[in-house]
Amino acid sequence: MSGCTKIEGQAVALRQSNVDTDQLIPARFMSAPRSDGYGGFLLHDARQEDAEHVLNRFTRADVLITRRNFGSGSSREAAVYALVDFGIKAVFAPSFGDIFQSNAVNNGLLPARLSSDQIEMLIDTIGEGDAKASVDLADGTATIAGHAVSFDLDPVWQQKLVNGWDDIDLTAQHNEKITSFRAARFAAHPWALPAT
Amino acid sequence: MTVPQTLFAKLWAAHEIMLRDDGTSLLWVDRHLVHEGSHHAFAKLNDRGMTVAAPDLTFGVVDHYAPTRAREVAADIRRMIETLGKNAKSQGIRLFDLRDPGQGIVHVIGPEQGLTLPGLLINCGDSHTSTHGAFGALAFGVGATEVAHILATQTIWQQRPKTMRITIDGTMGAAVSAKDLALHWIAKLGADGARGHAIEYAGSAVEALSMEGRLTLCNLSIEGGARLGLVAPDQVTFDYIEGRNFAPKAGAWDAAVKDWMALKTDDGAVFDREVSINAAEIAPTVTWGTSPEDALPITEHVPDPADLPLNKQEQARAALEYMGLKAGMPLEAVNVDQVFIGSCTNGRIEDLRLAAKVLAGRKSQVPGLVSPGSTLVKKQAEDEGLAQIFKDAGLEWVDSGCSMCVGMNGDLVGSGKRCASSTNRNFKGRQGRGARTHLMSPAMVAAAAVTGHLADVRPLLEGRT
Repeated sequence: MSGCTKIEGQAVALRQSNVDTDQLIPARFMSAPRSDGYGGFLLHDARQEDAEHVLNRFTRADVLITRRNFGSGSSREAAVYALVDFGIKAVFAPSFGDIFQSNAVNNGLLPARLSSDQIEMLIDTIGEGDAKASVDLADGTATIAGHAVSFDLDPVWQQKLVNGWDDIDLTAQHNEKITSFRAARFAAHPWALPAT
Repeated sequence: MTVPQTLFAKLWAAHEIMLRDDGTSLLWVDRHLVHEGSHHAFAKLNDRGMTVAAPDLTFGVVDHYAPTRAREVAADIRRMIETLGKNAKSQGIRLFDLRDPGQGIVHVIGPEQGLTLPGLLINCGDSHTSTHGAFGALAFGVGATEVAHILATQTIWQQRPKTMRITIDGTMGAAVSAKDLALHWIAKLGADGARGHAIEYAGSAVEALSMEGRLTLCNLSIEGGARLGLVAPDQVTFDYIEGRNFAPKAGAWDAAVKDWMALKTDDGAVFDREVSINAAEIAPTVTWGTSPEDALPITEHVPDPADLPLNKQEQARAALEYMGLKAGMPLEAVNVDQVFIGSCTNGRIEDLRLAAKVLAGRKSQVPGLVSPGSTLVKKQAEDEGLAQIFKDAGLEWVDSGCSMCVGMNGDLVGSGKRCASSTNRNFKGRQGRGARTHLMSPAMVAAAAVTGHLADVRPLLEGRT
């Protein structure tokens, strides 16, 4: 994963709260290999049922503004693949599902938190249209539809997004510590090993 | 004098390999459970030419796509199951496949096989991994990138969640179960009410729960947004574990129990947040909308969105439209088209016993499916005569798997159809495109079956012991 410090593009508003991962990608699509591309699965059923759905009217969107508890529910990383493959690079919401947030950061998608009031202001301004958005990950600010905002993002995740760190590579540096931790743990607590 | 610690803090400290300057901990993983949905993670590992770091601590099971009828499957489903088989074989992982007598839903078989123990850190690429916390284990779901990381290193980077204690004191009323308790607190705090927190469930009503009840309670932690749920282990826990397949054997048992006895929150330990609930106030509960927070006692009415707080009105209107419900109608007047009993939430033997108690000698007014949580639960239910009760009532008794909770294996609720379900999510499209799900306890599902509508199970249990 490569790092990213700036996002420039178009923002649209999804006027819903509790957009869970079952909505983001219905379970029936998850057996597909990632190489097929997951963009077409994003909010599949909602988009098919509503020709005027915001992501049908705007097939190019970089930034999504939405309401509380976005990405709640299932741990399926495929929900993030669907957003990323559609072209979305940042989601702004008052709150996110915990597992979704980690999955997002692990795939270079920014989960940015704003207050409910700020989100409502942006949703009102953008309305049914789209608006210019520019996001600076390094200093945690964005200008969306002419409004300058500072967003909340855990500093650890900010670093990870900016630097494009890969955890497996990072962890490899600590192999010795891990090996000795395992040995000490099971020596002190032999019951913690599965009995055979 | 040492500072009093929470159970969570003790478990965290026992698994922390190192703490980075930025506050992120590298944690040791004692058990890693994988399933067919882990294919993305295995692909990541294979792409890097890596092997599984600790195959002895990694266990696989076929559940999400497991066929429940005669084990016949469509080609794409068969491919998912075969892929897991190939990955498990090439990486030397013990797999509970469809032919294995220990097969079942990952969160049912972990405890059943004695893989889930107090004091362990358990990960699985499934959000309901919080279930295993019922044993006093640090257990949480992760996404595919993290599954790949655990496969490669047997560790996970995590930021320490905040702590929250939900204390439930008092006695729960007749026919009120752990499911009602969970829906009650989620309705009270919201589907993101516990976001960023590790919950410990405490109090006399929690201590009085069976292992099955505690598993249901911890399972639903994620539906309230929590990272994980915990119950301190006690004699109920130890009695459940003793003698199970992978549980500590004679020589190690006493040392294990001694360690486990220390796994409790010290008097005076401080939580970031405390919530108290009076058990006597909880009624049999059902959901009416499309989020688990949309839950009410069965004696209530479908809410009028106009009466709700402003920020909930739009969601409630959309939910009522999707669910095909009218504001103000009594919940008991909502007719159902079908029922489902099963899932990692409520597919254990006690769940089946409670549902069978309601169904015995009665006929279901609607079609329905009963899928036991594991192949062993299935056998036990058949031996106890429960399967016959379900069949006599007109319900279909099928094999074990995630089944109609998520519909990946083709067990789906049709568009516009209404299902009374013992599962965990009433999200739009969760049980099938356009499906309308009402969550409730297995006993309440049985009540809906025999009446044909959402119904209070309490009168149906009068005179039955």
